[in-house]
Amino acid sequence: MLNTGSNSPDVPATPEVGLPLWLLAELTYRCPLQCPYCSNPLDFAAQGQELSTAQWFKVMAEAREMGAAQLGFSGGEPLVRQDLAELIGEGRRLGYYTNLITSGIGLTEQKIADFKQAGLDHIQISFQASDEQVNNLLAGSKKAFAQKLAMARAVKAHGYPMVLNFVTHRHNIDKIDRIIELCIALEADFVELATCQFYGWAHLNRAGLLPTRAQLERAERITNEYRDKLQAAGNPCKLIFVTPDYYEERPKACMNGWGSVFLTITPDGTALPCHGARQLPVQFPNVREHSLQHIWYNSFGFNRFRGYAWMPEPCRSCDEKEKDFGGCRCQAYMLTGDASNADPVCAKSADHRVILAAREEAETASQPLTEMTFRNDRNSRLIARS
Amino acid sequence: MSFDRHLTPRWRPGYRFQYEPAQKAHVLLYPEGMIKLNESAALIGGLIDGERDVAAIIAALDEQFPGVPELPEDIEQFMEVARAEHWIELA
Repeated sequence: MLNTGSNSPDVPATPEVGLPLWLLAELTYRCPLQCPYCSNPLDFAAQGQELSTAQWFKVMAEAREMGAAQLGFSGGEPLVRQDLAELIGEGRRLGYYTNLITSGIGLTEQKIADFKQAGLDHIQISFQASDEQVNNLLAGSKKAFAQKLAMARAVKAHGYPMVLNFVTHRHNIDKIDRIIELCIALEADFVELATCQFYGWAHLNRAGLLPTRAQLERAERITNEYRDKLQAAGNPCKLIFVTPDYYEERPKACMNGWGSVFLTITPDGTALPCHGARQLPVQFPNVREHSLQHIWYNSFGFNRFRGYAWMPEPCRSCDEKEKDFGGCRCQAYMLTGDASNADPVCAKSADHRVILAAREEAETASQPLTEMTFRNDRNSRLIARS
Repeated sequence: MSFDRHLTPRWRPGYRFQYEPAQKAHVLLYPEGMIKLNESAALIGGLIDGERDVAAIIAALDEQFPGVPELPEDIEQFMEVARAEHWIELA
């Protein structure tokens, strides 16, 4: 486009809409765990009915047709869906690379074999058990350790690549060396050391979760030491360290831009540009009512923050807007009350002080794990009601 | 050090090479990730089947594109990179 007629030469034209390469199928919000850092919405218990097998088949077929290649089955705990093997089989038949993202609770060797038969490409086991269990595990509880070990061995024995995911926070990040040792012993192909991101339940419990800068720096240094060791040994295990953006001066390029690569379908069929977007005061379409073609290209929700025209200052005239898209819309909404604002992680944001205050709070926080609000139906209903 | 062309490449378990019509390109898919391959990488990738050794891959492409003197070196370089990235195993 040569000239859009816009009188603001700072705002580049809206780029062509990308393909939805990633389809995240949140099959259910049901979960046997109660992690206080869950990214599910706080009012998950008040959400609508789950999509049927046939409805998921339709979603998968439409997204595949539009270019989706990666398919993640997530939740909640996707293993509670009785039709999981069927969904995996259909996904693989359509040509997807199929990923099962699970806590491993409810996983059995039989299921691992059945899913392989159905065409599952990869299993990610997240150590998102209750913190008591994680601590028991790290402390060497024989039972928990043996269980995880058996499951991880079965995953490897059936020829899957394995990703292990550890959510780290102020109560376990100091044990990162033991976490990495465990993952190497389990022959993980990838290890995600993901410091809590503060959405959903994690935002509610932030004071009890955010590590201090010193904790974070130590963990990153140790991770780098292990990376060097692994590389020297020719070990293909890859360590992925996800820092919480609360310690950055510039925001993350969230989801690689709004509605640019990622498409999340929630258990009740609501389509979102990212799994955290449900909380925004934006109308999002539902697959029960619209085709994915319409949802991705034409719906209000998916176009709301595409391009740059929606940006107020300081993003609007910022020369980094095409790099980070102004950061995360959900974080802007949670921390400033307006989803169009710059993500306050950015030092240029007028609200950056809320991030500075959270860092300061982390230096003196003393909330033990037991005092956090656990992610369960009861707490969710209380939150939905208030 | 010269490259041993009798080594046979195969994709690392869990890595899948396939054509994506929407992207009009071949891609390599792996746990939660995807690499879009350029045309020459796609031609080489299409011949990785766990049977052909590097010499056979060079011969096959040389037949398809005769008179490209840098072809063997390009293929060796691809193998080196793919091994370093752990996309393939060479045995």
